Amino acid sequence: MKAAVARPAFGRRRHPLPGLGLSLGLTLLWLGVIVLIPLAALAIKPWELGVQRLGLVLIDPRVLAALRLSFGAALLAALFSVPVGLLLAWTITRYRFPGRRVLDAIIDLPFALPTAVAGLSLTALFANNGWLGAPLAEWFGWQVAFRPAGVVVALIFVALPFVVRSVEPVLRDLRPDAEEAAATLGATRAQTVWRVVLPVLWPATITGFGLGFARAVGEYGSVIFIAGNMPMVSEIAPLIIVVKLEQFDYAAAAGIGLVMLVLSFLILFALNLWQRALRQGQA
Amino acid sequence: MTVEIEDVVRRFGATAALEGVSLTLRAGEFVALLGPSGSGKTTLLRILAGLDFPDSGRVLIAGADMAQVPARRRGVGVVFQNYALFRHMTVFENVAFGLRVRPRRFRPGNADILRRVRELLDLVQIPELAQRYPDQVSGGQRQRVALARALAIEPQLLLLDEPFGALDALVRKDVRRWLRGLHDRLGITSLLITHDQEEAMELADRVAILERGRVVQFDTPSAVMTRPATPFVAGFLGDATRLEGQVAAGVLHVARLPRAPLRVALADGPATAFLRPRDVVVTPAGRDAGNGVIRHASAAPDAQMRCVVEVNGVQLDALATNGAGWMVRGAACQVTIRGALVFGAAGPGVMAEAEAAPAE
Amino acid sequence: MSSAGQRADEDPFLVRWGLIATSLALAVVIFLLPLAAVFTEALRRGAAPALAAILEEDARAAMGLTLLVAAIAVPVNTVGGLAAAWAIAKFDFAGKRLLITLIELPFSVSPVISGLVYVLLFGAQGYLGPWLRAHDIQIIFALPGLVLATIFVTFPFVARTLVPLMQEQGRGEEEAAATLGAGGWQIFRRVTLPNVKWALISGVLLCNARAMGEFGAVSVVSGHIRGQTNTLPLHVEILYNEYMFVGAFAVASLLALLGLVTLAAKALLEALAGRRVRATA
Repeated sequence: MKAAVARPAFGRRRHPLPGLGLSLGLTLLWLGVIVLIPLAALAIKPWELGVQRLGLVLIDPRVLAALRLSFGAALLAALFSVPVGLLLAWTITRYRFPGRRVLDAIIDLPFALPTAVAGLSLTALFANNGWLGAPLAEWFGWQVAFRPAGVVVALIFVALPFVVRSVEPVLRDLRPDAEEAAATLGATRAQTVWRVVLPVLWPATITGFGLGFARAVGEYGSVIFIAGNMPMVSEIAPLIIVVKLEQFDYAAAAGIGLVMLVLSFLILFALNLWQRALRQGQA
Repeated sequence: MTVEIEDVVRRFGATAALEGVSLTLRAGEFVALLGPSGSGKTTLLRILAGLDFPDSGRVLIAGADMAQVPARRRGVGVVFQNYALFRHMTVFENVAFGLRVRPRRFRPGNADILRRVRELLDLVQIPELAQRYPDQVSGGQRQRVALARALAIEPQLLLLDEPFGALDALVRKDVRRWLRGLHDRLGITSLLITHDQEEAMELADRVAILERGRVVQFDTPSAVMTRPATPFVAGFLGDATRLEGQVAAGVLHVARLPRAPLRVALADGPATAFLRPRDVVVTPAGRDAGNGVIRHASAAPDAQMRCVVEVNGVQLDALATNGAGWMVRGAACQVTIRGALVFGAAGPGVMAEAEAAPAE
Repeated sequence: MSSAGQRADEDPFLVRWGLIATSLALAVVIFLLPLAAVFTEALRRGAAPALAAILEEDARAAMGLTLLVAAIAVPVNTVGGLAAAWAIAKFDFAGKRLLITLIELPFSVSPVISGLVYVLLFGAQGYLGPWLRAHDIQIIFALPGLVLATIFVTFPFVARTLVPLMQEQGRGEEEAAATLGAGGWQIFRRVTLPNVKWALISGVLLCNARAMGEFGAVSVVSGHIRGQTNTLPLHVEILYNEYMFVGAFAVASLLALLGLVTLAAKALLEALAGRRVRATA
């Protein structure tokens, strides 16, 4: 017997449909030129400074303050987005009411509205004479625009849709029989939602949280209008990169950029692990 | 057109889907490929269609080696398991597809396409559905669309992958007969993939039985039914009960069976016996309590009744002639074994027969 | 206790309407008020100054540049996205998960970094800077840089909408087409493309909205030369920084309209596609 003689080499397996070579080739070219090579430059550039000077750049108090603000405000915004996002997703999937379709469509607004426009309009809203800024200042003495609070507000606008759009499909596909079963077993409605519905939504919620957080950390356009951009107070990390670039300090800019990327990926990776643990617990 | 499959091997990683399959289909023949799920049926079909490729071995269609021929040039008609109709095209466009994608110089004109699609829709008896979309017709109609679409390319070989799977039991029988009639009219060599023995037996000229990537028997339906080649085939077909026993001095002994010395022409040693319903005769218990109990009885329109009896803790499928009246669940009965199909350590099955005068 | 006749997965009347009212109120504050503010601010002094700001020479140049950049970036990502989706959904190969991750990578990269990476490559002190200067090619602070940065930030849009859909649709129809004699291009054009057309258009629309509205990435590579390397969103910033608020908001309204049209078109497409999908079920 000469079985397995004609075993084709790896990758030589013939495919029933044509076009793998062409499509994969195009994909890799596109990915390589646009994404991978430029990102490789980002990974290499900072080391031109040498470890010591790179360290000095990064522990500059102004840089540290900016990183703290970017990550802290993004975290707050993503956290705020979780309950609000769950509520919106619940309402548009579970209820029928006039305006539901408009509500459903308008949730995508932050995806479609240019960030500069969002920044401009939020600034106008929350300025001391704005529709929201004036009452807030008058009743509570709060000032939002040109403060770190403004950064959080802008990032909520950016992060919220990610939570809604991650949770919504899961909620839509949730069969009513689990809830019905819980009811037949004597659970109250609140118990059913808390013990049956919410646990199923957690993995998707974490996905949405992660996407919203990652987007918020790097957000630039909508923040710089409302932030006031005061060094040490309301200056975000992406703005520091722009400042370094304007000083032609490419390596320092790249170093800060690299730190931002690595930090976000670590956080996303941790969320991914958490999510995987949750999914396994449910399986 | 003939189809020759020579020693085809196909592995997926460590698992072998096909382990040296050889089959030859005669021109115009209707062959059924029968086997349980996971036996490699669909892999073989995909290899014939050019959608998968053997690791070794050859496929010849009409004498030509298919190794370098892609699916689009094979001219093999395929009715896919879930039909794989183009969901965005009308029934008409689905059927016309194979004509429209021909190279320009072989492509029929629009009027010609219109005429031929009409003919095909008439042939499969759904001319009124031409402008519907696949999701607007029933399962049975979808199957006809899939068939018409496959026939549109005038294939010399037609492959049918579980084509009745999505139909409900009521229409299946009608559709089967209709399909066989169509085959006889068109004379296309056909290969039907199925796990349903009834379907295979009714439709096919010959049946190939596949077990874990190997063809274990390839013969006419009646030969496969009466002379199964291996214990697997005997167990897969019919409702035979499998029992392990011993052959000693030309007599089969099976523990726990009612005394039934079965003569069998096999050498001494362990043996596997298959008791088919017609080998097990059930009669009402006489004055004695009988040796068995009825466990299930199913009503049948004719005189023969199917039942399950329990003897010494063994459940057997049985046939009861005459006397439906007494047969109820729990009734005592007398069970007599008339014969069995016995497989020795090697070789084909041998019929064992009861001695002329069974005890009691 | 729940009232009689209430279904197990239905909430009590007060809870239901309480949640609906809260959701609507939140949506108004978070989404509608900002939108309303843009248009109100733009029209603060009537339509005439707003219109003038939009029709003014620099604004028109910015508009032209924005359209040009999108006209290059969107097709590039459409072709790339289609190729990637075809390879990923219709074939098996090693490293597929990694490929999907890499394609989605630009979504989690800050826009500023998306611009920065090209400065590192093509800027005056970038890796290719000296060579480019020697050959008198300008990428950063010029159209090519704007285009590259825009392609980067809109990179995953089309692929992301197509890949899951095409994976879900499987390969059955394509394989059937192959057995019927169709070649690769015929399969793609006649079978695959029609099955994903609504999703494709929707992905292209979102890609386009982001391409035209991108701010951070183009800001880094633009150089902000009025009439030359200024896109519409950058023009908004310039006007704002020069305290020309009506002008800034007027141009912003134009961009907001683009976003609204995109959303409406997307909702319409989903309704169209949904009708087909529901008919399938």
